[in-house]
Order: sequence, then C-alpha cells, then structure tokens
Amino acid sequence: MGQGGEIKDGDTILKVEDIHMYFGKVAALAGVSLEVKKGEIHSIIGPNGAGKTVMMNCINGLYRPQKGNIYYKGQVINKVSPHKRAELGIGRTFQKLELYGGMTVLDNIRMGSHIHLKSGILSGSIYAGRTKQEEIKERKYIEEDIIDLLEIESIRDQVAHMLPYGLQKRVELGRALALRPEIILLDEPMAGLNLEEVEDMARFILDINEEEQWKTTCVLVEHDMGVVMDISHNILVLNFGNVITDGPPEEVGKNPEVMKAYLGEEDLYISRR
Amino acid sequence: MELFFMTLTTGIMVGGIYALVALGWVLIFKCSGVLNLAMGELTLIGAYVTLSFYSMGVPFVLSILCTLIIGIVLGILIERIFLDKLIGEPILAVIMVTVGLSFFLKGLVGFIWGTDTRVFEPAIFSLKPFTIGFLKISIVYFWSFVLAIVLFLVFVAFFKYTRWGLSMQATADDETAALSLGVSARFVYAASWAIAFMAAGVGGALLGNINGVNISIGYLGLLVLPAVVLGGLNSVPGAIVGGLTIGILQNFAGTYLDGFFPGGVKEIFPFAFMAVFLLFKPYGLWGWIKIERM
Repeated sequence: MGQGGEIKDGDTILKVEDIHMYFGKVAALAGVSLEVKKGEIHSIIGPNGAGKTVMMNCINGLYRPQKGNIYYKGQVINKVSPHKRAELGIGRTFQKLELYGGMTVLDNIRMGSHIHLKSGILSGSIYAGRTKQEEIKERKYIEEDIIDLLEIESIRDQVAHMLPYGLQKRVELGRALALRPEIILLDEPMAGLNLEEVEDMARFILDINEEEQWKTTCVLVEHDMGVVMDISHNILVLNFGNVITDGPPEEVGKNPEVMKAYLGEEDLYISRR
Repeated sequence: MELFFMTLTTGIMVGGIYALVALGWVLIFKCSGVLNLAMGELTLIGAYVTLSFYSMGVPFVLSILCTLIIGIVLGILIERIFLDKLIGEPILAVIMVTVGLSFFLKGLVGFIWGTDTRVFEPAIFSLKPFTIGFLKISIVYFWSFVLAIVLFLVFVAFFKYTRWGLSMQATADDETAALSLGVSARFVYAASWAIAFMAAGVGGALLGNINGVNISIGYLGLLVLPAVVLGGLNSVPGAIVGGLTIGILQNFAGTYLDGFFPGGVKEIFPFAFMAVFLLFKPYGLWGWIKIERM
C-alpha cells in the first residue's frame, strides 16, 4: 500500500504527540508521546492499567483521544475512522481474541485481504475476468506466504473457535498480515501462551519485521519482559498513563524508575508465566 | 383433503412474502443488533410508492424496480438521520427510536396518501385461479410468491457472495475485528437499512396487490415478528422457514379454527404459537445462542 508516499527505513512512520485520553475523570493517557521508525519493533510495556491497550486503540482509531495528535507518515490521522486507518496500512491484533469463530482458518485470513479485492458486484457475481484473476492472485499470496510463515498448514481448514488458544493467536496474526499492513499493532500476542508458543510467536514477529517480503514495522504491547528485551529496538515504558522512559532495551533496563515500577517486581513477573 | 391442500398452498404463497419482509428484519438485527420495530411502516411506504408509480402508468415490474431504488435512498436516509448518531448507545434506546420512527412514518403516510383503501387499477394479476391437478391457485398469489422468492434469493446471494455482503457478515460477527480489517461499520449499517427497506417495500407492494393498499399493511411488520423469532433473530435461512411456517399456520388457523373461535383467530394464532414456541426454544430454530432473549 503506497498511500501517503513511500517512507525509507529509519524515517518516522508513526508519531503520537502528547495524547490525552480520559474516561470520565480517570486519565488513561496523560500526555504520552511515541515515535515509531519504519522497520523497527517498538514495544510498549507497563504494569496492568498503565494505558498500553488504550494507546493501541488510539492509534488504531477505536478511541479518539481528547487532546494531542497522531501522525501516520506525516499526516494527522486523528479524524480518520478505524476502517480507513486499516486501509492506510495500520493492521492490528487484539489482546482478547477477535476472530471470526465460525469460519475456517483460511477464511479468517482471506477476510483480512478483502480490502485488496477491488472488483465490483457485477463482475464479482459472474466470477470472471478481473475477479477471477484477483482471486487467484490473492489466494496464492495468502496460502503460500502467510500460512507458510505461521506454520498453520495443518489447521487451515479447521474452524477457528475449535482451535487451541495459541493457534488462534497465530491465526489472528495471519489475518492482520493479510491486510498487508505497513505497520502492525500487536496487543499482547504472547499473553496466555506456553513457553514453546511464546518462542514461536517471537520468531514470527521477528520474521514479519525482518524478512524482505514483509518488512513490517511492529508496535508491540507485551508483558513478557524476556521477549520484549530480546526483540525490541525501542521500548516505551508507561505507568498510570505517563511515560517513564523511552529508548533502546539496554537503557530502559538500567533505568531505576523502570526497575522500581515494573522490572523490580520479579515475583510478579515470574508468577505471570 | 382438497381444502387442506388449498389452505397449504395459499399459506406457502403468503409465507413467501412474509419471508421477504422477515429477511429485512433479520439483516438489520444481524448487522447492528437493532430490533427494528418500524419494519411494518417500511412495508407500508413500499406499498404506497409502488401504487403511486403504477397509478401514473408505469408498468408493474418497473414500479417495483423504482420502489427498490427509493427503498435504498429512504433506507440510507433514515439510518443516517435517525440511527447513525445512536451507534454505541444502549440498544434499548435505539429500539425505542424505531418505535418512534414507526409512528412518525405511519403519520407521514396518512398525510401524503390518505387513509382510504386503494387498489392497483387496472388489476395486475387476475384473481382467477388456475388449476394444477385438483389444486386451484390464484394467479395473484402465485406471482407474488414467485417474485418474493426471487428477490429473497437475490438478497441472500448478495449477502453471501459479494464483497459488501462479506463486510456485512464480518461486522455482524465481530465489529471490532471488522473495523481493524478495513470494513466500515457505518457503511454496513446503512446498507442493511437499505436492503431491509427494499425487502419490506416490495413485500408491502405484493401484499397490497392481494388485499388492497391501506394503513393496515403496516400490520405485516408485526406479523413478521413471529416468523423472525421462530427462525432465530439472526438466521437468514430461519427467515424463510419462519415466514413460510407462519404463513401456513395462519391459513390453517383461518380455515380450521375459525369455526370454533370466530373472528380474528387467523391474526392471533401466529402470536400464540410464538409464545408457546419461545417457551421451548428461546433462541429460535437457528439463532445464535449468544443473542439476547426476547
């Protein structure tokens, strides 16, 4: 998707500027800024209730922040509706699964690519010409690449809600990828997964980020500190809607405030696993 | 025996029209969770619009087409003016708005077209029956049924096989996910109202053909409620099964029970049936279990 001009690696693709989001009198975000460079994995961490998911919802358009701007490729997208943002190239997965439970894995993934099918009702209903070609091209892309990448070949025809949780998480990632986003918002992709599944998921995220064919910028909300420290280029730390720090993992790890607010709680971290 | 089959066929024929209107109801509920209590008034408007075109000398089929187009426009207008602002509000508030809408539209119809019963003149289909074996089927019933079923299938095909239909299904299933995949929920709501208006409008026109057009056609909207509940509030196949069942039951009640309970047993029976049915299957035949009970 090339809307808004091409952006090189290292340029800012997404910028969140001093956003405030209140629910009643509760400040979920009180002046948070974030700058995501193209090609990086930028993680957002923080204790429960720090405002991580709210942040995702603001970027994705489900929430409208009361104050502050969100720029995507240099353009303000505050007023752009969520589905338009998806068309612009912002994909996402959800903390609580939002799969189409009754559909098969393959259909779920195809659903993600529907915005790339441009043929109208007429040619669509006679299933000829452009439609047929598009359909074939699309199907090939989906089947070969996404399913290969996520290693879900064996379950492609199974109904989504019958699958184990870990696989459903993978399918949701696949569906978001089918949108061919330039930037993908991953909201706790590893929550509730076992150790092996966490490792797989981390590998997929790295693949999506690094492989020539995907090259997708990732914004990752995650509790699993080990993974976050390993795979992120930059980490934003939130606590009660405020930014504690933002920088590369080595720096963030040394920050005393972060240690106190989050990393120091070693017991909590272990018990979550 | 002959009476039995006659009653059965008439029931099926009328049931086809119910199914069409029920489909409109189901689509709105499926896509936006709104129980549209103004459905009857949409049928009413459809009937009068078709009648107006027909009285101006437009051929019947063309009048139906015009009704479809006007249905799209009015459906979108109503959604945009009255319901768009209510997205995200409690569902009960939205349902109450549809009740208000039904009074408003009913008044509007009375204002524009008056309250006298009017008929399609010259009659489009003759009332004379044709005979298959021992069955006598009235031509007007037959063609109304065919037209209703054809339109029903067209709408279902649209829902199932087009990109827009897919968007509607996606929104019905999981709105948040649909938004994240580039589906516009506002578009889907507008589209569902447009389709519902079309379905209801043509249903009204067909029924008006049989009984004449007056304000009581709006009653069809309420009569379809048992059909929708029977099939399951969000089931498209349920709409057709429910529509046919209610049509048949109603006619049987009229034929066989009227002797015992003279008067309006035909009108009441579907609702009595619905009440009993709900005791056993509160979600209808194919409704999703997760939907609210009526």
